[in-house]
Amino acid sequence: MNLLKLFGKKTFPHGIHLEEYKEETSAKATRRLPFAPEIIVPLAQNIGRPAKAIVFKGQHVTRGEVIAEADGFMSVPIHAPVTGTIKAVDLVKTAEGGKQLAIIITTSLNSGQHVLATDNVIDYEQLSREELIKAVQNTGIVGLGGAAFPSHVKMTSTADVPIHTLLVNGCECEPFLTTDHRVMLERIEQLIRGIHIAMKCLDAPKAIIGIEDNKLDVLQEIKPHLPSDGSITNEAVVTKYPQGAQKMLAYSLLGIEIPSGGRSSAVGLAIFNVATLAKIGLLVPENQGYIERIITITGDNLTNPGNYLAPIGTPLRFLLDHAGFMGGEASLILGGPMMGMPAHSLDVPITKATGAVLVLDERLTKHNDISPCIKCTRCLQACPINLNPSELGLLAAKRRYQEMEETYHLDDCFECGCCSYVCPSNIPLVQYFRIAKAFNRERHLQVD
Amino acid sequence: MAKSDFKIDIRTSPYIRKAPTVAQIMRNVVYALLPLAAYSVYQFGISALALLLATTLSCMATEHFFCWMSGKKSTILDASAAVSGLLLAMTLPPGFPLWMAAIAGFTAIAMGKTLFGGLGFNVFNPALVGRAFVQAAFPVSITTWTPELAVNRFVEFIPSTLALPFMKPAATAEWTAQVAVDGFSGATPLALMKFQGIMTDAYDLFIGNVAGSAGETSSLLILVCGAYLVYKNMLDWRIPAAVIFGTVISAELFYFLDPSKYPSPAFMVFSGGLMFAAVFMASDMVASPVTPLGIFVFGFLVGALTVIIRLFGGLTEAVMYAILFGNAATPIIETYTQPRIYGARKKAKEKS
Repeated sequence: MNLLKLFGKKTFPHGIHLEEYKEETSAKATRRLPFAPEIIVPLAQNIGRPAKAIVFKGQHVTRGEVIAEADGFMSVPIHAPVTGTIKAVDLVKTAEGGKQLAIIITTSLNSGQHVLATDNVIDYEQLSREELIKAVQNTGIVGLGGAAFPSHVKMTSTADVPIHTLLVNGCECEPFLTTDHRVMLERIEQLIRGIHIAMKCLDAPKAIIGIEDNKLDVLQEIKPHLPSDGSITNEAVVTKYPQGAQKMLAYSLLGIEIPSGGRSSAVGLAIFNVATLAKIGLLVPENQGYIERIITITGDNLTNPGNYLAPIGTPLRFLLDHAGFMGGEASLILGGPMMGMPAHSLDVPITKATGAVLVLDERLTKHNDISPCIKCTRCLQACPINLNPSELGLLAAKRRYQEMEETYHLDDCFECGCCSYVCPSNIPLVQYFRIAKAFNRERHLQVD
Repeated sequence: MAKSDFKIDIRTSPYIRKAPTVAQIMRNVVYALLPLAAYSVYQFGISALALLLATTLSCMATEHFFCWMSGKKSTILDASAAVSGLLLAMTLPPGFPLWMAAIAGFTAIAMGKTLFGGLGFNVFNPALVGRAFVQAAFPVSITTWTPELAVNRFVEFIPSTLALPFMKPAATAEWTAQVAVDGFSGATPLALMKFQGIMTDAYDLFIGNVAGSAGETSSLLILVCGAYLVYKNMLDWRIPAAVIFGTVISAELFYFLDPSKYPSPAFMVFSGGLMFAAVFMASDMVASPVTPLGIFVFGFLVGALTVIIRLFGGLTEAVMYAILFGNAATPIIETYTQPRIYGARKKAKEKS
C-alpha cells in the first residue's frame, strides 16, 4: 500500500520518477506549421479496419473533404489534410516498418487552403446517442494519446456494467511531451464541450479530469470553466510514471483496479485522452473532419523545439527542418521516450495518433554494456503492475515463453518500460517481453 | 568508410534510462566496507591488514584467471570479486594464516561463483562458500581467536598469520598470554556464552570492544556503513531488517521461557557475526529472493535458524550456515511468494 495514498494523495503503488525534460517545450505556445509540398496519408491509421480510398489519381481534393471512408464500424474515415491533387494511391514506407497503402497528395500552392465549408452545423444537444456516436465516427477521431483506437467504438458501451465515470486523462506522464499540456491550456472550452459529448454518448453521470501535479497552471486555468453542478471535476494526481496509463489512473483517482485482461468498461469506467476530447469538442459541432493535430517536436540537436499544429501526413523530414534539426547521429522516435516507436526513415509521415517527434542523441540509452541480472529487485519495485520482471527476463533468456505467459502474467505487461529504465545491468527487458509475446501469439495461432 | 562501420541498431522503447551500473553498485559496497576494514586494522593490527589483502587479491586473481581460461573479458573491474574478498576476510579470525586465507579466496570464487556461471548466477554467497570450505578444512585455525587492541599490533604479526603454506600454524596461546591486557581467554562472546555461561555486556558488543572475526565486531560501525548503502539505494534494507527481526523474535521466545539459561535477544543480535551477516552477507542480491514476501521469509528464516543453531548446535558461530541454507531455499521461497499482480482476478486466486 502506498503511503502517500493514506495522506489523500492520488497515486498508485510502484512506478518511477523520471527526468522530465518538459521545460524545454512546455511554455511554448502552439504554432501552425506551413503545409508540406507533399502529404502522405496512410489508410491504416487506427486500430481496426483501414479506411477505403474513394479518390483517384489526378483528382482535385479540398482540405477537409473525405478521401477515404470508414470500412464498417471498427473503422473511421480520413479527410484531406490539404487542398491539392492526388498524386497516387500507392504503397509507401510507414513508421511501423513495412509498406502500406497511402494516399499521396501534392499540395496546391495557389489555393487559400480553406477548410471545406459544411452547411449542416450540428447542435449536439439535440441528437440522440446513436446519432451523436455516428457524428463522432464521421470526424475520423481516434485515441490521440497513441493508442489510435476509434473513439466512437469506445463510446458505444457494450458491457453489462453501466459507465459511472468518465476519466479524462491529462497526465501526460511521458518525459519530453507537452502536447496535452498545451491542449489543456489553449483549448479548454473545446475540451469541456468534448467531455459533455462523451458523457452524453456514454450516458455517464460524472467526469473527472486527472492532471499530474507538475501542471498546476492547467488546474488553475480549468477550474473556472467547470460546470457548477459538479458533474465535471478536476483532480491533481502525483507526478509519477506511468500515471497516464489507464490502469494506474483508474487506481489513483478512484481506487478501482481494472481486471487483468479486461477493459475499463468492465468496471464502469471510460477513459479518454484530453487531446481526443478537445478535438471531439471542436469537430463534432462543426461537422468537420480530423485533419491536423498538435505535436511536440523536441529532443537533442534541435534549434527550435516546440509545439506545432501540423497537418496529418506531414513527412518527418519537413517537420524536422522546421524545428531546426542540426543533424548528427540521432535516433528518431514517434511518441515519448518510454513507449514511443522508432522511425526508420525521414520520409514517413505523422499519423492521427502521433503526439510527438523526439530526436535523441546524447540522452539515448546505449546498449553496449549488458551484464547479467544481479537480482537487485529494482524492477520489481518499479513495475506498476507488480510483475516480476527479473524472473521474466531470466525466463526469456532461456526461451521459456509459455511459462512466462502462464505462470508470470506476461500478458499483463503493457510495456511501460519502467523495468528497463531502472535496470543496473542494462538488460533490455521490455524488448525481451515483446519478443516473448510475439512468439506466444504465433504459438496460439498454430494451436487454434 | 569501411563496410563494417555501417551497422543498423534495432531498438525499441524505452530509449532513456537512469540507473547505476552493476560496477557502480559493487564499488559502493567496497566503499561501505572500507571503514569496517579500517576499524579491523585498528583493532587487530597489521595481521588484519594482511588478511584483508590476501583474500581480496586471491579472489580477484581467481576471477581473472577463470575469465582468461574461458576466453572472456575479465570481469574483475566490476568489483564483485573485491566485494567477495573483503567480505570473506571480515568473517575470518584476525590471526588466520595467510595461505589458508588465499585458499579460502580461491574456493569462494572458483566454487562459489565461477562454477555456477559467474556474477548473477551464483546460488550461494561466494564469500560464505569460501568460509565454509576453510571451516571444514582448518577447524582449529578458524576458531583460534586473538585479543583485540594488543599492544604491538601495528608492528608485529600475530604468530599464526605468517605460517608457511601447508604448514601447521604456530600456536598463539603463549603470544596471547603475553599481549592480553586482562586475562584474555581466547574466546569470543558467543563461545563464552555457550561453554562457560558468561554473558558479555551488550554495550561492549554494540561498540565492538570484543574479540571476534576481523570485521564483525562493531555492530555500530556496521549499521552506519549499511545505512550509507541504503541511502544510496544500493542495499535492500528489508533483508537486514527481516534477519534481525527473525533473530529477535526467536531469541525472545527462548529468553522468555528461561532467562537464566538462554541469552537475551540483544546479546543475540549484537554478538558474533550476526549484524555483519545480516547487513552485508544475507543481503547479497544474487542469492536472496526478489519477491517482497520472499525477502521477509528469507530473512526471518536466516534469523531463526541462527538462533537455533547457536543454542542447540555444536558450533559457536551459526549465521554462516543459516545464510547458506537460506540461499539454498531461495528458489523455493520465490516460487511460493510471487507477488499479486494489479487487477488479478478472484478466480485465479481460488485456483491456486
